[in-house]
Amino acid sequence: MVDTYSFLRELADSWFLLAMTLGFLGLCVWAFRPGSRAAHRDVATSIFRNDDRPADPAPAKKES
Amino acid sequence: MWDYLKLAGLGLVAVLAAIAANYARDLAYEVNALTVMLAAGLAFLWVLRTAGDPRPNLQHEYFDSVIRAGAIATAFWGIVGFLVGVVIALQLAFPQLNFEFLQGYGNFGRLRPLHTSAVIFAFGGNALIMSSFYIVQRTSAARLFGGSLAWFVFWGWQLVIVLAASGYVLGATQGKEYAEPVWYVDILITLVWVAFLITFMGTLFRRKEPHIYVANWFLLSMILTVAMLHLVNNAAIPVSIFGSAQVQLYAGVQDAMVQWWYGHNAVGFFLTAGFLGMMYYFVPKQAERPVFSYKLSIIHFWALIFLYIWAGPHHLHYTALPDWASTLGMVFSVILWMPSWGGMINGLMTLSGAWDKLRTDPIIRMMVVSIGFYGMSTFEGPMMSIKAVNSLSHYTDWTIGHVHSGALGWNGMITFGVLYYLVPRLWNREGLYSLKLVSWHFWLATIGIVLYASSMWVSGIMEGLMWREVDANGFLVNAFADTVAAKFPMYVVRAAGGGLFLTGALIMCWNLWMTVRAQPARATQHSAVPAE
Repeated sequence: MVDTYSFLRELADSWFLLAMTLGFLGLCVWAFRPGSRAAHRDVATSIFRNDDRPADPAPAKKES
Repeated sequence: MWDYLKLAGLGLVAVLAAIAANYARDLAYEVNALTVMLAAGLAFLWVLRTAGDPRPNLQHEYFDSVIRAGAIATAFWGIVGFLVGVVIALQLAFPQLNFEFLQGYGNFGRLRPLHTSAVIFAFGGNALIMSSFYIVQRTSAARLFGGSLAWFVFWGWQLVIVLAASGYVLGATQGKEYAEPVWYVDILITLVWVAFLITFMGTLFRRKEPHIYVANWFLLSMILTVAMLHLVNNAAIPVSIFGSAQVQLYAGVQDAMVQWWYGHNAVGFFLTAGFLGMMYYFVPKQAERPVFSYKLSIIHFWALIFLYIWAGPHHLHYTALPDWASTLGMVFSVILWMPSWGGMINGLMTLSGAWDKLRTDPIIRMMVVSIGFYGMSTFEGPMMSIKAVNSLSHYTDWTIGHVHSGALGWNGMITFGVLYYLVPRLWNREGLYSLKLVSWHFWLATIGIVLYASSMWVSGIMEGLMWREVDANGFLVNAFADTVAAKFPMYVVRAAGGGLFLTGALIMCWNLWMTVRAQPARATQHSAVPAE
């Protein structure tokens, strides 16, 4: 039975480090997924909409 | 019914605060308890006077009144913080300004945390809360969630500031840098911050846009991380429930490590991620073009999130901290340079194709200079975290210069730009009162920062070299007091730079005041200011 510190230290140096690195790389790759260009253009220009008042409460359900 | 509950709660708080003031063990606690009593009493009166008033449905309007209050508070606390900064800079240059009759209240040691907290948490904090509320509503196309909870966030934060500031002057401090507020103020901060999170998240949940714009990611990461940092670093046991003293839960080097894990991430998430959220919204808006690369902004975000949290140990090089930990902190600090510059490039290149605006629009100029300072201080920081450099720079004025090129240059300038952007829109005015005054502000602030940073480079490197100078027999050549005497001219230049920066901010306040007072209202189809 190893003490908590040694166990956490070993976990942090090995599997958790690997998981975080892969997670980060995965997120970067995901940003470049096919079809992301249109989505990103849409969201990047979304700041130019709805400047003065909220969108109509009724229609336009969220997609995806 | 809800009003009665509020009245009962506020009355109870006022009575309990009065009892606490009566039993107070120290002056700071007593004054803080009386302040809480007064605040609860005023809130009680306000709720009493407005109880039963009709509450119209305002879901078709943005909740902007709290943002207007935030803009006023940001400008006000900015002036207070800069003024105290100039005072303590002069106290360092001319120690006679630590007046005998203010001994114990108005000397450098008491005013320094007042300055740092005022500029970071009062000026910066109000700027962040104001911008978060503005950005999250516009990018979600929805009114702020939680009704008047946003007002609780605003007034609660002002109460935190007043309690902390009056406590510092009277000697209540936790002794942790940038986390000086004592235990009961820490509890209030937690309550306000959770309300802030609920308001922000609730608005995101109600959004009408399919995507969450990247500025909100940065702001949300700021809120979440600061909550985590605050809870862990302020774990302490009060000595008495009627006193302001407490004992930290951690001791020795563990306490130091937790403190700088907190301290560096306060820089990383409060002063960087939060203000990057402001950059990613207001720079594209003012430039009237979308951000240069949305993909880069995503990578910028995740790289900051994954890297920043590890950088803290670079504050503890050559201490009792294990070598591997400080090496880890150094390595992550150096890696951080990349995403930081990615973000800087993303902000600057947003202007590609519109560089002419730099000539015509002083607000854009302010924002661009702030991004430039972001790039400069995120290069300087990793460099100073390298152990060999740190052995020269640590404990010297170089560190102070680095902090101020980030705080005045990056945080200050982007906040000024945001205030210039917001005030005409929030008060529905036809543009600013005077663009010429914005230019004056811009140049005064920029020259002030340059004087500040360069004098601190000279002073810091000189100090570092003097402290390590040894003679042929291995004895130190200089006493500490020798470096103090040698630094005098640089201290005077630093105070002058701070004075210029303060003058610029005063000009801004005049300009914004006149914008609201004297500019004609914006003529649109719905030109009336919302009656909320």
